[in-house]
Amino acid sequence: MGTLISIRHLDAVVIGTSTGAIASLSRLLPPLPRDFPLAILVAVHVPADQPHSIASLLQTKCRVRVKEAEDKEPILPGTVYFAPPDYHILVEDDRRLSLSNEEPVNFSRPSIDVLFESAADVYGKHLLAIILSGANHDGAQGASAVGQAGGTVLVEHPDSATARMMPDAALAACPTAEPVSLGDLTDLLLSGGRGLLCRP
Amino acid sequence: MTQKTAPKTEDIELRLFLEAMYSQYHYDFRGYSRASLKRRLVLACQRLGCPTLSALHERLLRDDKVLPQLLDYMTVQVSDMFRDPAYFRALREQIIPHLKTYPSLKVWVAGCSSGEELYSLAILFREEGLEGKTMFYATDVNGNALAKAEAGVYALDRMALFTKNHRLSGGSGSLSDYYHAAYGAARFDQTLRRRTVFSDHSLASDSVFGEMHLISCRNVLIYFDRPLQDLAVGLFKDALVRKGFLGMGARETLRFNAHSKAFADFLPHERIYQKQGDTSNPWAP
Repeated sequence: MGTLISIRHLDAVVIGTSTGAIASLSRLLPPLPRDFPLAILVAVHVPADQPHSIASLLQTKCRVRVKEAEDKEPILPGTVYFAPPDYHILVEDDRRLSLSNEEPVNFSRPSIDVLFESAADVYGKHLLAIILSGANHDGAQGASAVGQAGGTVLVEHPDSATARMMPDAALAACPTAEPVSLGDLTDLLLSGGRGLLCRP
Repeated sequence: MTQKTAPKTEDIELRLFLEAMYSQYHYDFRGYSRASLKRRLVLACQRLGCPTLSALHERLLRDDKVLPQLLDYMTVQVSDMFRDPAYFRALREQIIPHLKTYPSLKVWVAGCSSGEELYSLAILFREEGLEGKTMFYATDVNGNALAKAEAGVYALDRMALFTKNHRLSGGSGSLSDYYHAAYGAARFDQTLRRRTVFSDHSLASDSVFGEMHLISCRNVLIYFDRPLQDLAVGLFKDALVRKGFLGMGARETLRFNAHSKAFADFLPHERIYQKQGDTSNPWAP
């Protein structure tokens, strides 16, 4: 028997990833339609001086709008917002994004924990948090905050992730987190988060 | 139904805490971006051994020694010299030629924190031959940070990055010409701040001063909510001379600001704006 994961009434999706980010995001985001009903906020660890941003790379592959977040920008559906290199992004009560130049957290700026904790605070149970491939433990505490606020946490299956440390850490920190394949994650997003996800 | 609209306990605590800080000490953080401020106050509670913000509130009211420590948590002091070298290169190559046409200059570094940006500008103005006719104003709400700015002493291990940034900004000499190293620290040439006034100033509650030709305020407004951002940019608008310049952080924008129409995108990529002429006065040039 499989587990049924039911996700309804989502307001937003947050994604965190580091090593293996491009491979995982390149499978997850391009199938989404232009009128995708949710906003997606992404924190990826990238070197600050990289000339081509991951957002501009994915822009060319995606139908949804993909951009780097700007300070106090309203969060709109059908849009994927990437944290700019060297800034944290946070969600404000009025559903706008804030940038922050605070110290790195878990050696990372942007930090996944910072994004997830602020999103959990604002969206509560109406949040889906996804941890993809990555090679440190950033995101684990954030995943736990999302779970405690009643949100749903899904994790790219560590066995098939390019780097398993980040998925493993999130599963260990968040008792309600579920490991799923990238294919199932894509199907779930395509249903706008309103569908049921069946795991074998 | 009431559950849905009732504010969270933590939000009530935060509001009361900020009110208390303002009432008792006149530090006004009520218009700061809440998400980041909450984070930093959670850290402050942990480090200061307070289980809740209400406990920290009690301590703040009874023990004024906790205030400077708290300010260090509540204001973000993260900067590098010549951070985003392209911004300083743009100042050097495209803004300095305009500034050279004035007989004297005033430059305001608003939210100068520990001074990295002030020294960057002082060095740049010296290299471009403008130092002698320029007055710098370096302001911040955090007294500890201002004292650090005035001292101009930074950890020696930061010099590799500062040197690289300085070179990428088009710096003519070597950054090491401007500091001497001792005991693991780099002390910047004290003559660099000879023409600087350091001052305690809050963008949230203090008024405008000076007739500025350039205001550099980078990665400060991101910690403000939109009404406070509007207030601060309004101050900048009033402080600038006509055709004066406002430089912002690499990811900051005036697009969502109430005063955006008062500024032209002078160098959009480098986030350098120019104050427009008075559009309400048809006789203004």
